[in-house]
Amino acid sequence: MQIGRSQGSPKGLRYRVGIIVGAVAVLVAILVAQAFRPAIEPAVAQSPTFGIGRAPTAEELKAIDIDVFPDGRGLPPGRGTARAGRETYTSRCVTCHGPTGTEGPQDILAGGQGSLNTSAPLKTVGSYWPFATTLWDYLRRAMPFDHPGTLTTDQVYATTAYVLFLNGIVGEDDVLDETTLPRVKMPNRDGFVGDPRPDIPVKKK
Amino acid sequence: MPRMEPSRSRDDASRRRFLSRFFSLGAAWSAALVACRSKYRPDSDALEPRALGAPVSEYGARSTFEKAKRFVQQDRQVPLEESASQTPLHDTFGIITPSSLHFERHHSGVPQIDPARHTLTIHGLVDRPLVFTVDELKRLPSVSRIYFLECSGNSRSEWRSSGATDAQRGHGLTSCSEWTGVPLSMLLKECAVKPEGAWILAEGADPGRHDRSIPIVKAMDDVMVAYGQNGEPLRPEQGYPLRLLVPGWEGNVNVKWLRRVKVLDRPAMSREETSKYTDLMPDGTARQFTFYMEAKSLITRPSAGDRLRGAGVYELTGLAWSGRGAIARVEITIDGGQSWTAAELQTPVLPKAHTRFRWSWKWDGRDALLASRATDETGYTQPTVQRLVEIRGVNSNYHNNGIQMWKVDSNGTVTNANRT
Repeated sequence: MQIGRSQGSPKGLRYRVGIIVGAVAVLVAILVAQAFRPAIEPAVAQSPTFGIGRAPTAEELKAIDIDVFPDGRGLPPGRGTARAGRETYTSRCVTCHGPTGTEGPQDILAGGQGSLNTSAPLKTVGSYWPFATTLWDYLRRAMPFDHPGTLTTDQVYATTAYVLFLNGIVGEDDVLDETTLPRVKMPNRDGFVGDPRPDIPVKKK
Repeated sequence: MPRMEPSRSRDDASRRRFLSRFFSLGAAWSAALVACRSKYRPDSDALEPRALGAPVSEYGARSTFEKAKRFVQQDRQVPLEESASQTPLHDTFGIITPSSLHFERHHSGVPQIDPARHTLTIHGLVDRPLVFTVDELKRLPSVSRIYFLECSGNSRSEWRSSGATDAQRGHGLTSCSEWTGVPLSMLLKECAVKPEGAWILAEGADPGRHDRSIPIVKAMDDVMVAYGQNGEPLRPEQGYPLRLLVPGWEGNVNVKWLRRVKVLDRPAMSREETSKYTDLMPDGTARQFTFYMEAKSLITRPSAGDRLRGAGVYELTGLAWSGRGAIARVEITIDGGQSWTAAELQTPVLPKAHTRFRWSWKWDGRDALLASRATDETGYTQPTVQRLVEIRGVNSNYHNNGIQMWKVDSNGTVTNANRT
């Protein structure tokens, strides 16, 4: 061992070559990483390529930025109860959805809870919709069918409350506003799963 | 006034002269026709006299002999503004659907939009929110791509026993066009998406402001903001002047009359993507964000409603498509699925586009059960409806890509045989 070590140039050389090879490899790795860096460059570093388009004004954005999220983002200040919503529902909704939301002729709004796993599922706001905020968003966005965009903010809160009341989800005098609406827990809140397809086995070629 | 009097009478006079000359010419022409036929034809080598055809025109129309049309769904208590019309698949050739026959599905009617006043706003989780005019979008580098577009509710009739009466009513909510526009990724890069941007919300300018959430990965992949369809501007019912085209994904996310794209950190959970376009399973849970339209095909000729005129040669032809890529293979059966043979595919075979297949069949005049089944480039093969029902039950409504069986009776009538 002693001799081997004192004379040990072959082993030592291999050691030194190893270090050099290692260093070169690290250097190459750094260079390669540098070369591919643009692919993972943060978006903030991007600059416009075409310089086309203009910035929207705050007012323009406010007019079109109408989406409302389950956590309440996008809800404007306002309030309503089912008691207040009965009037709007009766004058604007009842012809399509019936006096209690169960008669149609258009979408059935109430009932159906517990029916989803039966042979005759009834998908309604109460049995199927996972978020009360979605109802608010849709009423403001698209209802009434023949005159969308005509309900006031408070009418949307009140009509939302009334449809939830028809489903036994809120009380007649419960106040829905931008704070309380996102807290309403819908019966089918946890009824949704992701897309597992392909659910038919795929033969590998 | 005095000066106009003679001029007007001159006009009248000349018109009268013209008309009388025209009619006498016509009379002479008819006489000549009769004369030619009766007198000269037998012993003359002159060709039969022919009247001139129609003059050139500014915008073409099809032959008055052709009657193919969309089937407008009116069988439910649904207002026509919220209804659908279906492509006559059995009356189309090749892979392109004429724009006038492209299926429709609207949620609040077709808006009339002045392109000079329409804009697309991109905002949300971006460094530079931008408003684009339609003209500005047309200045950007454009792409043209052929893609199918299929409503996820297509073939809904086939979940339950009865089935549709013909190919159009059963499966006519799919069409295929050449779309021209700009990649959405180009616009998103122009706006510089923030690192936390994970979804986009696309919203239309229709009265009901139809909106859907789409993962940013897809938005940055092959999604187009389209302004052209089959060489001309989009039809109003296809989203004029701008629509989103999301290749291979369910029709509902291909937002028409596109006015706004908002970059989000999560889906918006709009009404369409929670209460409507979700697939209810037998256990009561529902699949959500089921975007892909999986491999599917059907024989369009012959199909239910046709009548074969006796034994002999018939071309079996139809369409296949897959939202996951290109069609690799289409097989035909004439014995109800006991044996399958490969059909010829019309080339080029394009990913996420209708693919025309053909197979020459010599009918022996006896009962036959015809069907096609498609396999796409991922190796996925179109299943039977029964197989789908085993897994999904009959209440999932959407995404029925099962095999369509047609029965040819020995008397030549063709009917839907999905349940025999």
